[in-house]
Amino acid sequence: MIVASAGNVLVWAVWVAAAFACLGSGVAVISFSNPFYSALALIGNLGSLAVLYLLLSAEFVAAAQVLVYAGAVMVMFLFVIAYLGGKADTPWTGQLPAQTIAAIVASAALLVEIVIVIAGQADGHLSKAAEITDAFGSPSQIGQLFLTDQLLAFELISVVLLVAAVGGVILGSHSREQSPVETDDARA
Amino acid sequence: MLGPDTAAYLIVAAFLFTTGALGVLIRRNPLIVLLSLEIMLNGANLALIAFSRHFANGDGQIFALAVMAVAASEVVVGLGLIVAMARKNLALDVDKFSSLRG
Repeated sequence: MIVASAGNVLVWAVWVAAAFACLGSGVAVISFSNPFYSALALIGNLGSLAVLYLLLSAEFVAAAQVLVYAGAVMVMFLFVIAYLGGKADTPWTGQLPAQTIAAIVASAALLVEIVIVIAGQADGHLSKAAEITDAFGSPSQIGQLFLTDQLLAFELISVVLLVAAVGGVILGSHSREQSPVETDDARA
Repeated sequence: MLGPDTAAYLIVAAFLFTTGALGVLIRRNPLIVLLSLEIMLNGANLALIAFSRHFANGDGQIFALAVMAVAASEVVVGLGLIVAMARKNLALDVDKFSSLRG
């Protein structure tokens, strides 16, 4: 009993640290004027989210989050920001434009709505989590699901990734812009 | 389940989602708009995984992995667009892209 409560305190402490790191770095992403710092803050955000995934016994998703998101995707982001020079936005002028005020009101309204809905269910449907086995969230379970129940989703993901790769190559190639003759050929 | 309830994870997910939505709405640099979009997707992912744990059903984790694949695709196409815009010497400011002329 004492061991269980000590573990509970530890999980709570890790949860509080990860949740606040996650929210703080999320706010940092949208408040830095330099996109390079924003991207670095997003890496912290993704890392602390991976900790939350681990607390929810989603080991495989946490590993994929760190490898795919914080690794591959963010490296691509940083390369593009370095390539474009990472110019900062125009500095703060001291007054909020009407669009910014409307955006803050809209997202605050959205937040209040979601929190009210969740709080309304906190003692009802959301109070008792189901019991899980040790295998829950393990790579073998995910692989089993992907190759049996969710096979169609698995195949569709591969098609989506292929289309995105083709689109990235087409957007990145600039052979059509090299000479006006080629541009005419491409249009004909 | 040790630690906080599912509702606590969902509140964090809601905060993340609205932070990302605010970033998409107020920032003008398309790179930061894309980064804010990633925050929104991750908020949704956290909710999916919290519900997956709550109901002890792995399908939510599969959905979260699918969202990650879609996010990677979106980054490829979005960054390709931004690089193409920068190559045409357009200002990187989403408020200035008001027409679709080629």
